[in-house]
Amino acid sequence: MILVLVETDGSGVIEVSRETLTFARSLAEADGAGDLDAVTVGDLTDTARDQLAAYGVRTVYRVAGEAFTAFAGAAWAAGVQEARRRAGSTLVVAAGTPRGGEVLAHVAAREGVSMAANVLSFSEVTPLVVTRQVVGGAALEEMRLERQPAVLTVAGHAVEPRPAPAAGAADVVDCTPEVSEADLVARVVSTDAPEPDLSGGLRSARVVVGAGRGAGGADGFGDLLELTELLGGALGVSRVVTSLGWRPHHEQVGQTGSRIAPDLYIPCGISGAIQHWAGCSSAKNILAINTDADAPMVTKATYAVIGDLHEVVPAINAEIRRRTAG
Amino acid sequence: MSTNVLVCVKRVPDSTSEVVLTDDGQSVDGRYAGFTMSAHEECAVELAAQVTADGGEATVLTLGDADAVEQLRTSLAVGCTAATHLLADPQRFGPADVAREIAGVVRDHEAAGRPHDLILLGNDAADSGDFQVGIRLAYELGRPVVNGVTHVSVADGIVTARGAGPEGHETYRVPLPAVVTVLEGGVEPRYPSVQGRMKAKKVQIEQRTPATDPVGPNRVRLLLPPPAPSDVQILGKGADAAPAVVDVLERLGVLSR
Ligand SMILES: Cc1cc2nc3c(=O)[nH]c(=O)nc-3n(C[C@H](O)[C@H](O)[C@H](O)COP(=O)(O)OP(=O)(O)OC[C@H]3O[C@@H](n4cnc5c(N)ncnc54)[C@H](O)[C@@H]3O)c2cc1C
Ligand SMILES: Nc1ncnc2c1ncn2[C@@H]1O[C@H](COP(=O)(O)O)[C@@H](O)[C@H]1O
Repeated sequence: MILVLVETDGSGVIEVSRETLTFARSLAEADGAGDLDAVTVGDLTDTARDQLAAYGVRTVYRVAGEAFTAFAGAAWAAGVQEARRRAGSTLVVAAGTPRGGEVLAHVAAREGVSMAANVLSFSEVTPLVVTRQVVGGAALEEMRLERQPAVLTVAGHAVEPRPAPAAGAADVVDCTPEVSEADLVARVVSTDAPEPDLSGGLRSARVVVGAGRGAGGADGFGDLLELTELLGGALGVSRVVTSLGWRPHHEQVGQTGSRIAPDLYIPCGISGAIQHWAGCSSAKNILAINTDADAPMVTKATYAVIGDLHEVVPAINAEIRRRTAG
Repeated sequence: MSTNVLVCVKRVPDSTSEVVLTDDGQSVDGRYAGFTMSAHEECAVELAAQVTADGGEATVLTLGDADAVEQLRTSLAVGCTAATHLLADPQRFGPADVAREIAGVVRDHEAAGRPHDLILLGNDAADSGDFQVGIRLAYELGRPVVNGVTHVSVADGIVTARGAGPEGHETYRVPLPAVVTVLEGGVEPRYPSVQGRMKAKKVQIEQRTPATDPVGPNRVRLLLPPPAPSDVQILGKGADAAPAVVDVLERLGVLSR
């Protein structure tokens, strides 16, 4: 019996939670234990409930009440524990989001069991053996989990979200667990309107021109910006570039920057470290420009030009201008 | 009233270049790439220095092998004032083990008249990435915990912590003693000055051994993800490749006319 902590937003169940439901369903099938239940905190819209049904959820434990009006990791964990007791789950799963990871770490600590973070797949069910991302995705770990209960988070984009072949009942059960004062001490006291999202253009651009250490300095971006403009795209940079203060942080692509998914990414002077790759691996085509033919970005790219970006990029710009003139 | 801070850092192999595993597949081999601590922990160290800038002790703690003294000295050079070294093979310690050992040190220090009002950790360690030591530590000590914040300040016995949430910037206000885990991005870690390094060398590091036997990390083994087969098409070398590049741009339909 598997319980999934599901996160929702204005549009319903968030994508990584739908991925996690898909992962949990395949685990439930392999386990032969069958039932998939969900726990949500706060309001549950009809859209979200319908999605949970489509993903094969049997029962939705809707945790609500005074204690859940503002986020508190410990209180949410108390809600998940209450749902688990009612559902009799032996596995508790959430998406590896900041909230998901935090709440399940609370659950694991309170239950006195292990937790596996950022799981990609499972290889055995009894005992449960999972493979998870470590070292920022540069390595994998096979890890054993006890089942009393087993607690794990699923890495983003480890599986494609797929509705169940047969819908579940998604019966809603209201849960208003007792929450102790101690569990409410660390809670959000205010939420500011989000800062204007300056990286929105980067994340939705069809073409992204990337720039790394190879740009050479804060004044090395002229040709790259011109190429960006000629292609009507956005500029994305590596962390070296933001750390050195050459460009602002909202332009950073990678594990600690934006994740992009353009039709074409043109990384120039970027080596392709795993943490950068984490942000650009969804690009449909990659055209790398690099002096080093063995750079990981070059070997992983669709196309590459070997050479100095300060020579290659101006030549591309000139060629584009020549062909688009008149 | 000054605040005493404990900040926990982990010596980890530098993973910005190629990652190599040890022969037994139990850990990342840092012999070639060198060692460091995570960016989150560097920011936690900086926050510890800021919170204690006007007084109070900033103690840095690590559970690690003899070489981990390097990370303690680095932290001492950028604002920490005391250091504790739990000398042990970190590969044998799972996140629950580490939390229990740190809690033991905190209780001992407290009994010796050195309370740690605020404990800072990274949100996740750069190697094992368990995302949980801080939260487990909070339960060991019976303290509240705020997770994954970028800004931390202390006034009148209350820690104010801010970080990004799903709906905007979130603020927590929690009475001390408390545990806070830090994400990079809110503060700029400072570079050690020559003076800082000199001072760091003189600090006597408290050495301890673990108080309990570790349960271990439940690790079967580490693996490297299979390398993606390269099917890159080299369009040419240098400026001469420009026409071939623009052909590709046309073919992909990203060139507006
Ligand atoms: C926890 C953590 C999180 C991280 N998050 C991110 C992140 O979000 N985003 C990110 O980008 N990085 C991140 N990093 C850093 C990452 O590991 C790399 O250090 C960084 O991506 C390297 O940037 P780079 O490719 O610009 O520089 P380098 O690795 O130094 O590569 C420069 C490349 O440019 C090439 N080159 C040099 N001169 C020229 C020239 N004139 N013309 C053409 N090519 C040239 C070189 O051959 C080389 O391939 C993170 C690291 C850690 C530990
Ligand atoms: N061996 C260790 N010594 C000191 N601090 C540690 C150790 N392991 C983990 N931590 C701290 O706990 C945080 C979270 O680690 P983890 O839960 O393992 O991802 C790290 O960022 C460190 O601040």
